Amino acid sequence: MIEIKNLTKEFQTLDGKVTALKDISLTVPDGDIYGIIGMSGAGKSTLVRCINMLEKPTQGTVEIDGVDLGTLSEKELREVRHNITMIFQSFNLLMQRTCIRNVTFPLELEGMKRADAMKRAMELLEIVGLQDKANSYPAQLSGGQQQRVAIARALATNPKVLLCDEATSALDPNTTNSILDLIRDINEKMGITVIIITHQMNVVENICKHVAIIEKGEIVERGEVGAVFSHPKSTAAKHLVFPEGDPGAVIVTEPGETLIRVVYNGAMAAGQPMVSRLAMEKGIEANIAYASLRELDGRAYGSMLLGIRGGKEKLEEAIEFLTRTEDIIVEEVNQNVQ
Amino acid sequence: MFSNLFTPEVVAEAWEIVKTQFPLAFWETFYVTVVATGISIIIGLPLGVLLVAGEKNGVFPLPKAFMAVLNVVINLLRSVPFLILMIMVFPLTRVIVGTSVGTVASIVPLVIAAFPFVARLVESSLREVSPNIIEMAQSSGASPFQIISKVMIPESVPSLISNFTIAITTILGYTAMSGIIGGGGLGKIAINYGYYRYKYLVMLLAVILLIAMVQGFQSFGTYLAIKMDKRLKNK
Ligand SMILES: Nc1ncnc2c1ncn2[C@@H]1O[C@H](COP(=O)(O)OP(=O)(O)O)[C@@H](O)[C@H]1O
Ligand SMILES: [Mg+2]
Repeated sequence: MIEIKNLTKEFQTLDGKVTALKDISLTVPDGDIYGIIGMSGAGKSTLVRCINMLEKPTQGTVEIDGVDLGTLSEKELREVRHNITMIFQSFNLLMQRTCIRNVTFPLELEGMKRADAMKRAMELLEIVGLQDKANSYPAQLSGGQQQRVAIARALATNPKVLLCDEATSALDPNTTNSILDLIRDINEKMGITVIIITHQMNVVENICKHVAIIEKGEIVERGEVGAVFSHPKSTAAKHLVFPEGDPGAVIVTEPGETLIRVVYNGAMAAGQPMVSRLAMEKGIEANIAYASLRELDGRAYGSMLLGIRGGKEKLEEAIEFLTRTEDIIVEEVNQNVQ
Repeated sequence: MFSNLFTPEVVAEAWEIVKTQFPLAFWETFYVTVVATGISIIIGLPLGVLLVAGEKNGVFPLPKAFMAVLNVVINLLRSVPFLILMIMVFPLTRVIVGTSVGTVASIVPLVIAAFPFVARLVESSLREVSPNIIEMAQSSGASPFQIISKVMIPESVPSLISNFTIAITTILGYTAMSGIIGGGGLGKIAINYGYYRYKYLVMLLAVILLIAMVQGFQSFGTYLAIKMDKRLKNK
């Protein structure tokens, strides 16, 4: 378990003091895939660098399985770093080494014998599906393949925690998905705790169980991904969930319509069939004023604003029909909010 | 003065000198250059590493005062013109080699002139290594020494080879100058015959041979740097 308590990090720069992290407390359970999402400059990289103590916190502590990393010597920290490994946006492979020798790199640091290290590295290249590239150089590989080699390298020392700092930000959507699938696989099969740092909403939705939203060095919202993304409370979270802007601003309602918000909190139904079922089974016309729904493992998360016609009676009927489905919450929207 | 450069007698005489003196002079220049470069690298490489690693944000920060002294010494040595430096180190040369004249003796001033230059070249090569790569090594639990020996130096090998090529050609130029005060080799021939005896053809031939040597070192260095660089695709 990783426990970050009241972590503050300040940098002294020529322009004065920069507070990159403000009083951050965060607990990551073992085996979790924990997302930390925020815009560029929010302090995400500084936070991961504090987790492996490449940056020393100005205040607060980082504990891993009860050990306060702040109390360890440089030498002990280097040991810990074999246990908390990292992958990066720019892959950071050694360009003058072959793929397999990139994977043996952390093993060499530990002093493992060359032959044993090569054997272990080959097994890892097989796990990431690149055994046939063992003797290629990184420059001969695509970005996705380079990241796979970096993942194999990060796994070489059998770590307990894998830190991913924008690991898919330089990759196209398809490659991103395949890398995320690989990370999920590793998490499930090896039980490695994963911390995903990203500015991309879809990455968190795709893979994370928990998420913390970081803004200007502070955690503004946290919880299970479904809960946070279906009921964004903070401005930062709303910006992420509704990147097109505040839904209130884009809603067009017709006269005689009442607006309701339908919140999908992991319901086994997508938006469209609900609306057509409402029309076919109940004869209620619903106008989709706004929808931001995302699918996670076949479940829907997000919200939709429906304009219901036909007065109070139809409205109540519609609400009753919709709430019958599990994991859907319906609330009437105060028209003045618009 | 070049009007009678190619008269038959002049050519015949020059040819005689080429045959009798050039092979040894060529060899002297070659080996003085290579040995001086080798020793300069042995001294300059660790100093270049210190210049980069010992910085405030380097992988192995050293006391500020030490870094300041190191920088000043390197800059001082680099700012003394080679000819003057050579004369200044005569006493040192005598201590090390036993004499201050001759081919072997000229290696001492060459090294003293070249190692600070090599240290700066090494410094610039090592600075090309991306900070991201260093961060990767640190996050993998590498010690400062491991970062230097397994990351910084191996990753900058192609650049180091290019820079060592610059060093060897520069040192070759210095050996020609060392001919003025007792050093051997092609420089001595060029000065002795061209400057003291007005045999311009001999001087010209010595210079052509020096140019050919520079070309040779440069081509070989470039070839090696490209061959060693694994970042280049399609090879
Ligand atoms: N070494 C440093 N010195 C000074 N300021 C820094 C340093 N590292 C990060 N910062 C500042 O801290 C803030 C957070 O940076 P960072 O953690 O890299 O953000 P993110 O990864 O979320 O984009 C930024 O304002 C950045 O300028
Ligand atoms: Mg970052």
